Amino acid sequence: MNDTYFLSLLVFSPLLGIILLAFVPKTQEQTIKLLGFLATLPSLILALFAFGQYLRGYDLSRLAEKHAWIHFGKFSFLSESTFTVDYELNVDGFALVMIVLTALLATLAAVASIHIKKEWKGYFMLFLLLEIGMLGVFAAGNLVLFFIFFEVTLVPMFFLIGKWGYFEKEKAAYSYLLYNGIGSAILLLVILILFARTGTSNIAVLQELLRDPQGAVQMIAPISNDLRYGLFIALLVAFGVKLPIVPLHSWMLRVHVQAPPSIVMLHSGVLLKIGAFGLIRFGMGLFPEQFQRFATLIAILGVVNLLYGAFLAFVQEDFKMVLAYSSISHMGIVLIGLGALNEAGIQGAIFQVVSHGLISALLFLLVSIMYERVHTTMLDHLGGLAKAMPLVSGFLLAGAMASLGLPGMSGFISEFTAFLGLFKAKPAIAAVGTLGIIMTAVYLLRAVLNMTYGTAKRGVIEAADIRTVELVPVLILLGCIIFIGVYPHILAQPLEATIQTMMNGLGG
Amino acid sequence: MSWDTLMQYKWGVMTPEFIVLGVATALSLIDLLMPNEKSRRPLGLFAIAGVIVAIVSLIGLLSVDTTSILYDTFRLDAFGKAFKLLLLTGAALVLLLAMDYQPKEGMKYQGEFYYLFLTALLGAMIMTSSGDLITLFVGLELLSISSYILAGLRKAHRLSNESALKYVINGGISTAITLFGMSYVFGLTGSTNLKQMAVQLSMLQDSGHQYVLALAFLMLFVGLSFKLASVPFHMWAPDVYQGAPTPATAFLSVVSKTAGFVIVLRLFITLFAAALSQGKEPSSMLLSMQDYIAFLAGATMIIGNTVALKQRNVKRLFAYSSIAHAGYLLVGFAAMSWVMIDSMWFYLAAYLLMNLGAFAILQIVTDEAGSEDISQFAGLYRRQPLLAVMMGIFVLSLAGIPGTAGFIGKVHIFLGAFATEPAHYVLAAIMIATTIVSYVYYFGLFTQIFFRPAAHHEPVKVPLGVTIVIVVCALGTIAFGIMPSLAYNFLDQFQHFGDFLR
Repeated sequence: MNDTYFLSLLVFSPLLGIILLAFVPKTQEQTIKLLGFLATLPSLILALFAFGQYLRGYDLSRLAEKHAWIHFGKFSFLSESTFTVDYELNVDGFALVMIVLTALLATLAAVASIHIKKEWKGYFMLFLLLEIGMLGVFAAGNLVLFFIFFEVTLVPMFFLIGKWGYFEKEKAAYSYLLYNGIGSAILLLVILILFARTGTSNIAVLQELLRDPQGAVQMIAPISNDLRYGLFIALLVAFGVKLPIVPLHSWMLRVHVQAPPSIVMLHSGVLLKIGAFGLIRFGMGLFPEQFQRFATLIAILGVVNLLYGAFLAFVQEDFKMVLAYSSISHMGIVLIGLGALNEAGIQGAIFQVVSHGLISALLFLLVSIMYERVHTTMLDHLGGLAKAMPLVSGFLLAGAMASLGLPGMSGFISEFTAFLGLFKAKPAIAAVGTLGIIMTAVYLLRAVLNMTYGTAKRGVIEAADIRTVELVPVLILLGCIIFIGVYPHILAQPLEATIQTMMNGLGG
Repeated sequence: MSWDTLMQYKWGVMTPEFIVLGVATALSLIDLLMPNEKSRRPLGLFAIAGVIVAIVSLIGLLSVDTTSILYDTFRLDAFGKAFKLLLLTGAALVLLLAMDYQPKEGMKYQGEFYYLFLTALLGAMIMTSSGDLITLFVGLELLSISSYILAGLRKAHRLSNESALKYVINGGISTAITLFGMSYVFGLTGSTNLKQMAVQLSMLQDSGHQYVLALAFLMLFVGLSFKLASVPFHMWAPDVYQGAPTPATAFLSVVSKTAGFVIVLRLFITLFAAALSQGKEPSSMLLSMQDYIAFLAGATMIIGNTVALKQRNVKRLFAYSSIAHAGYLLVGFAAMSWVMIDSMWFYLAAYLLMNLGAFAILQIVTDEAGSEDISQFAGLYRRQPLLAVMMGIFVLSLAGIPGTAGFIGKVHIFLGAFATEPAHYVLAAIMIATTIVSYVYYFGLFTQIFFRPAAHHEPVKVPLGVTIVIVVCALGTIAFGIMPSLAYNFLDQFQHFGDFLR
């Protein structure tokens, strides 16, 4: 299908905003903010439209696009398509869900960006570039394109953290750059080794090739079994930096604390999920055999993440740090689900990806609203928030409940399914993991109760409650969380086909 | 040789060289006869016009078949055409920079500036198209001697004098080593014609002779690494880059380096690919030397990128960065895959665009401030947002971020390293690791440009010539990054440079 530009339009529509912003004088704060917000809408509308169509049974493969792009030399002894990288976009159910999540969070983060204090023009241009990168990652049809979009997120994030962040922003920006630089460097090596040895970087073709080397399509050079293990481990590390898997996590703590909250919404809500997406799509999709061999390790890493994050979240003094460690802890559940290697586990992992994306975005949106008024996120300096800002406090509590997995909210569904999977496969590891769930409740309640109850500190009392413009995104996020919680089928249905393909790949 | 035989040669294939030679001669005469107080700017325009005419004539020659004249001392083959295009484009851009170069103490020898660039360019072009050791060496020396003078052209500037002296001494040593290596090969074959030498070398069976040949290989490579600014002859680069006038630095880092890779490719592929060597299993001499080249490439990347971390002087920083890039290019050479020349051409093209663009901005910022400290870039974004964004594009490309030509160039080199059997995993790993190291200093520039406050808010004055260079380079960097097929379609007509030995 070459006559549709739907996905290109979806991915690149924020570009229009960047171009328009270039012509707005940089002092026009209101116009810039409005334009920045409006520029995120086309993607969201298109994504929701596609999602709606898909739920009604539209065949997503009809959206696939393919255009000739790069050919690294024409060689008489190789077939025409060898060593070419096409511009190809396509989505399946999983990718579409991620795209909807990305577009939604981008729009809401654009609203949350009203709290940005300086250089709005540069901020929104980078913000929209970041959105293009994130959308592209999920829509990319080949590995090279995936990598390009992956890196497109790197540069805007560096600037967004380093320029608009808090006190130690430059250090955080560098830490982000180097860790993710190393991660993506390893990823690039994997991608190029696959590309050089097979002559293609198309994900579907590669899947075919790696499963059956003697099949219809021939490789250029052999990929030995050892090499496969090497590539798989490299992938695990590359996406492990992004996810992050303990001990590769220290950069994300800095980013969570130092970056502006509106950017952390995207960072925690989407960028970390690229790690999970990559692990599922490439780790499991391209190397199912290796993934199976490493499943126990992955499950153990997941439990380590879960417990490590939970315990350290308990002792943090800064609410942002609590949330950062909570992210690590929750990403552990993704690994737990994947390590289970069964349908329930994988479903739980993907559910967790979406659910945590929404929840952490909600919590950081609230952080942004709160910080705007009381100028601190230290638990010591807070307290009595419930008196001054009853609504914000209520939402905080709701967010915390969702995060700790209260039934009826999305967090419950994902944790439950992931653990269900692991209990089936590896009950011993799962039993240890359940400790983490208890810890989650403990640290979240400690933090939230500390902030909302008690005597109000100076600076907190006179703070105003939430404004309408802030209220709408909060309600939307909370609505999504509850909706998924009571009607998980909305996620399960689009994911069904993807999970089925995964299971086939795993041979089960 | 009678007049008739002389006239039978197809002199037309040398048109670009003749144009450059003619313009250089004319310029030197005009400069001599012109009154001292007259502005030399028109001479610069004349020089640029000459180079552009040479580019046009070269494009006209693209469709001409592989031709060899003067007993193979001059060859017009695909390799020559493709790389001459790079050299000429680079020189045209450097001349634009030279026209707007205004150091603090003034430029006394503006006229010399222009024609020395042209003679250096002529030397590089001769190297590109030579099938004989003698002309190859003459071209090399023409390029080198012109560059020595160029480095010292700021006569009233102490560092410029120092740089010229260092450059001459280092250059002399390296030339001696190169020549010594050449003499070995000549001794083994009794000829200076590359093709005949290759035939002789392929018949070399005696292991003693092969040992001598291997020695010659290493000496040639070490000697020529001076032009590449790669290990072991890289130490001149920081000092010379720092002291030389900025356009001359730009020339050294782009045109001269390209010429260096040209001679390396021409010489080694022709001579040593066919020669035999007896290692554990008999193979070509070139392949058996792969590990040594790989070692030097790795060392070059590591030294270039790590030492760059500590530099505060921007020109020194770019010197080490250019050493690092020579290392990346050597990875392409060491891999010896069938995409070798293609990938190196593309990388050199990308490097030409991104590095010259960066040097253009570097020149105006450092000229205006009179200092080359990295802090002069502080707050550039506030002072001149557009200029800062342009610098951003060039530096991102140098760092190899997708969307820019530098990324595609690196990908192509990696492709070569992985597609061969056995694949060069270690070398590629070093390359990618050092690339990450390079993020630190490249993004360090960003910290200055975008995060730090400016000392004052006056916008930087950007002269027209520099503007043209920046715009051309930025467009090229982006275009080759997003639509690399532009370059690859152009390369397709050369069919992977198969007419090397024909």
